[in-house]
Amino acid sequence: MAELWTMYGMPLAIIVGKILLIVGPLLGAMAYLTYAERKVMAAMQMRQGPMVVGPFGLLQPLADGLKLLGKETIIPSGANKFVFVLAPMLTFALSLVAWAVIPVNAGWVLADINVGILYLFAISSLGVYGILMAGWASNSRYAFLGGLRSAAQMVSYEVSIGLVIVTVLLATGSLNLTEIVMAERPLWVTALLFPMFVIFVISALAETNRAPFDLPEGESELVGGYNVEYSSMTFALFFLGEYMNMILMAAMTTILFLGGWRVPFDIAFLEFVPGFVWFAAKVAFVLFIFLWSRATLPRYRYDQLMRLGWKVFLPFSLLWVLVVAGALIYGGGLPPATVEVIHVIP
Amino acid sequence: MSFLDKTARSFLLAELVKGFMLTFKYFFKPKVTLNYPFEKGPLSPRFRGEHALRRYPNGEERCIACKLCEAICPAQAITIEAEPRDDGSRRTTRYDIDMIKCIYCGLCQEACPVDAIVQGPNFEFATETREELYYNKEKLLDNGDRWEAQIAANIEADAEYR
Repeated sequence: MAELWTMYGMPLAIIVGKILLIVGPLLGAMAYLTYAERKVMAAMQMRQGPMVVGPFGLLQPLADGLKLLGKETIIPSGANKFVFVLAPMLTFALSLVAWAVIPVNAGWVLADINVGILYLFAISSLGVYGILMAGWASNSRYAFLGGLRSAAQMVSYEVSIGLVIVTVLLATGSLNLTEIVMAERPLWVTALLFPMFVIFVISALAETNRAPFDLPEGESELVGGYNVEYSSMTFALFFLGEYMNMILMAAMTTILFLGGWRVPFDIAFLEFVPGFVWFAAKVAFVLFIFLWSRATLPRYRYDQLMRLGWKVFLPFSLLWVLVVAGALIYGGGLPPATVEVIHVIP
Repeated sequence: MSFLDKTARSFLLAELVKGFMLTFKYFFKPKVTLNYPFEKGPLSPRFRGEHALRRYPNGEERCIACKLCEAICPAQAITIEAEPRDDGSRRTTRYDIDMIKCIYCGLCQEACPVDAIVQGPNFEFATETREELYYNKEKLLDNGDRWEAQIAANIEADAEYR
């Protein structure tokens, strides 16, 4: 019995504890991201934003959550009930699952796998299924159109996201997220990667269906897009999933381009601040860019969105892969090979 | 050359950066909105809000049931019935205003020869049922008692322009 505990029980308890340690703060961050969004947009439009619930409206996310919990879940009679209910759960679960490989601090990671970036890429691509299923299962024209738009959009922008990730991998030489953060990058490599950072942030906006690429929701033409038929907690799960994906994309940006938990610009006297604080600050900065662009930019037309994805970002990122690869080879910035390649002559 | 110029601008995101800088500037500007239930905007002395029937300082009601307000009311929201009181003076027995019909034009106030019916500064009298907005004489006199200080000050402030 004791053996059973030490062999299986304790590791399981530790893993569950770690998961709770990740998910708890994450849900809190998500709740206050909605608050931050409303406050930032309000400030940029010279409004005050939520002010009534609690001091400075700080309890507003709680009130919103309670309101959604207290509502009735309505399942349309024409809907495919199983898929209809499954879709929000899938979206929410996928947005959480990706966090297994995100290193929040040196060694603070649930699963330090060697193909972390591929795992992240795969999970974020799966996210489209939840939306597609919701759009189809609702049996509503608006929801269906929203789902279609979302699928096409996410597929288009994943292509350029993939190429952006390739350039970063060229410069770091590892698929492990911790090693990507720890890899030393000369200044000129950082400068070379800057256009990729911009493309990644813009593609992340498209990938998470945020303004100016929020066509799947498209309030003014599609009512609410893929989630029109959803109410109560099923809606809340979509909402959670969307904001969680935003945080995930911000975390990916932080890891790939902003140096994760490391002190910015390696300033020595800032070392006393713990790493996860830097990580959170950098994620918050990227999220601010997300909210900022929502307050600034009008929505793209659908053909403009597709043109940007396929005719601008794809060729440009392809070209930039070549430029970065060439510069790394001739500038001597290639990362040292970690695995010895042995040529066997038959 | 203009093609190169355009391409360079769009690749350097020149217009986007401009727009982002503008919204960032507005981010720090003072807010123009009021925190409404706790902060309220200023009201003119002529503001035409909720109706009230006023009294003289000795407690006698001002209204003499001349029915000028009833006659002038374009929405026909006012209903008055009157008969002589025991002391011989003419007083209303019924003074109803249908606040749903009322268009808040202020003509009743203009028509009144004794400043009895006035529209006070209160605009927060939303109710949950329609019935609560059928005001009777008792409710109107009660309003008058409650808002008298402000109503009197407003009439005085506006008097020199009349």
